[in-house]
Amino acid sequence: MKNDLILDIKNLRVIYQTDLETVEAINGIDLKINKGKTLGLVGETGAGKTTTALSIMRLLPEKTGKILSGEIHFDRQELLKLSPLEMRKVRGNRIAMVFQDPMTSLNPVMTVREQIAEAIKLHNANLSNDEVDQRVETALSMVGILPSRKNEYPHQFSGGMKQRVVIAMALVCEPDLLIADEPTTALDVTIQAQVLMMIRELRDRIGTSMLMITHDLGIVAKICDDVAVMYAGQIVESGTVFDLFTGEKRHPYTQGLFDSIPSLNTRSNRLKPIQGLMPDPSNLPKGCCFAPRCQHCMDICINERPKQVIEGTHTLLCHLFADSSAAPAPQEGE
Amino acid sequence: MYRYVINRLLFLIPSVLGVIFILFLVMSMTPGDPARILLGDAASQAQVDELNRQLGYDLPFMEKYVRYVYKMVVEQDFGVSYFTKQSVFEEIWPRYKVTVSLAFIGIVLSSLIGIPFGIYTAVRQYSLWDTIPSLIAFFIAAIPSFVLGMLLLYAFSLQLNWLPSYGIESFSSFIMPALAVSIPPAAFNLRFTKSSMLESIRQDYVRTARAKGASEHTVIWKHALHNALLPVVTNVGMSLGNLICGAVVAEKLFSIPGIGSLIVDRITYKDEPVIIAGTILISVCFTVVMLLVDLIYAYIDPRIRAKYARVKG
Repeated sequence: MKNDLILDIKNLRVIYQTDLETVEAINGIDLKINKGKTLGLVGETGAGKTTTALSIMRLLPEKTGKILSGEIHFDRQELLKLSPLEMRKVRGNRIAMVFQDPMTSLNPVMTVREQIAEAIKLHNANLSNDEVDQRVETALSMVGILPSRKNEYPHQFSGGMKQRVVIAMALVCEPDLLIADEPTTALDVTIQAQVLMMIRELRDRIGTSMLMITHDLGIVAKICDDVAVMYAGQIVESGTVFDLFTGEKRHPYTQGLFDSIPSLNTRSNRLKPIQGLMPDPSNLPKGCCFAPRCQHCMDICINERPKQVIEGTHTLLCHLFADSSAAPAPQEGE
Repeated sequence: MYRYVINRLLFLIPSVLGVIFILFLVMSMTPGDPARILLGDAASQAQVDELNRQLGYDLPFMEKYVRYVYKMVVEQDFGVSYFTKQSVFEEIWPRYKVTVSLAFIGIVLSSLIGIPFGIYTAVRQYSLWDTIPSLIAFFIAAIPSFVLGMLLLYAFSLQLNWLPSYGIESFSSFIMPALAVSIPPAAFNLRFTKSSMLESIRQDYVRTARAKGASEHTVIWKHALHNALLPVVTNVGMSLGNLICGAVVAEKLFSIPGIGSLIVDRITYKDEPVIIAGTILISVCFTVVMLLVDLIYAYIDPRIRAKYARVKG
């Protein structure tokens, strides 16, 4: 069972500490990704999605970001215990990352070829220059860019093309895990679809596992096998795509996310956002973090942190279901 | 690219004409005349008028302007000094070379000191290796160069007697003036390079490089530094203006026969030919340096290079 996991995060806690305040970015999350599967990490801006990704890469800002506790197991290695040198061999080679904004994530003064070649050379020191060039060209044509454009600079490419270059750069070493941090957020909708389809195809071809960070439930439905919903540094709900999209029980926050998608079938003049704002992560409420915005908020929600409710593959972090599932106690029975 | 360089050099012509025009305009608007200064208060007004006429000072300023430009272009003649009656060019040229070499030493020295320290303090931000040089730079940037020059004079000439306090007889007499003109811009370069470097270290592409598995060394020296240097290059070129100002002070302080102190002296005599010719030479030097800066910029930044390529096509 355990060998099937490519990534297993246990009780990860991350804070950002400055002179002025301590921001509790991630408050004890558990995440599992099976080999060859894709996990969607959903949540609104500031929920801690990118922090989770950076923790896995161990690229948190050095001065402020601190991992307080937890374990990140990646294919039998404990990433948090690796030396910086060992970690560098993992980065880009076994775990690669695609960042949010393709406009800024390429170095403006280096050609595309140099930048992709760098990723290859870092992890394959024995390759000759010709072989490296060959692989750069293969990588570019894999993402649908003419290899003849390899000597061009990032400013000569459009946004969608740049993101393709970034993806080529991430996949060129055929990583075991690809972390895609909102890879399509900065792109317009038609290009989004292209890039997503391409990511999915390449994932299937290379057989890489993937952590897909997004705030778009549509992307989750299209690409992911499992989903985790993140809110204020916690996983409030997780399960398979079916658990989330068709399951009977839903965390009020997830419900809110679904409700906020405008529908074409029902006529309504107003959008339905989740009322209120995410709590200040430097000053989290003592009870459930979502309580101040929750329509089903009870007394217990304000005073006590909810416990995880597990029903098969589906887990929820909510008092609402703690009560109901306390009665039909056996959790495995479901 | 060549076309761009030629364009830029051609642009020198209108800028020099503009400089001359402004100088004549300013001269004509300020009170006092060279004949009165040369002859003294005892001379009669008729004598003064006569001398002014001989010097060509009494002409309307537009006519003076046109004549000056004509003589400069056609006869390559910068005129004769009102004050010394010598050829302006012969008077200025040796002094010009002194000032330009002083400013050039200043640029090189201030870059060599400022930029590496700037990079270093940025990489070691918040450590002692950052705070101490930054604090010193902060302190030095606040000291005017003449104070610095006097401190140097006091220490190395008066107390230690290591270096000559005036003149340009030997290499050693250049050391203190060079330090006096280059230390303040060096402090400025340090602070500028540091902030530019800190900014580029935080950029997304630096994170991308780290995510590729690049070593910290590669990340800093290859990805961050190259981008951080772009604004620094411009800044170094721009500092030439300040360096020439600093050179004037240093020339005065260390009794160096440079062009800056000459111009300042002759302003009190309203010695128009010298002032104008000196200013032209300085502005040509400045324009050429800015052109060099642009060319270096194009060399290190592909985005700018592309822009010049379009100028060509």
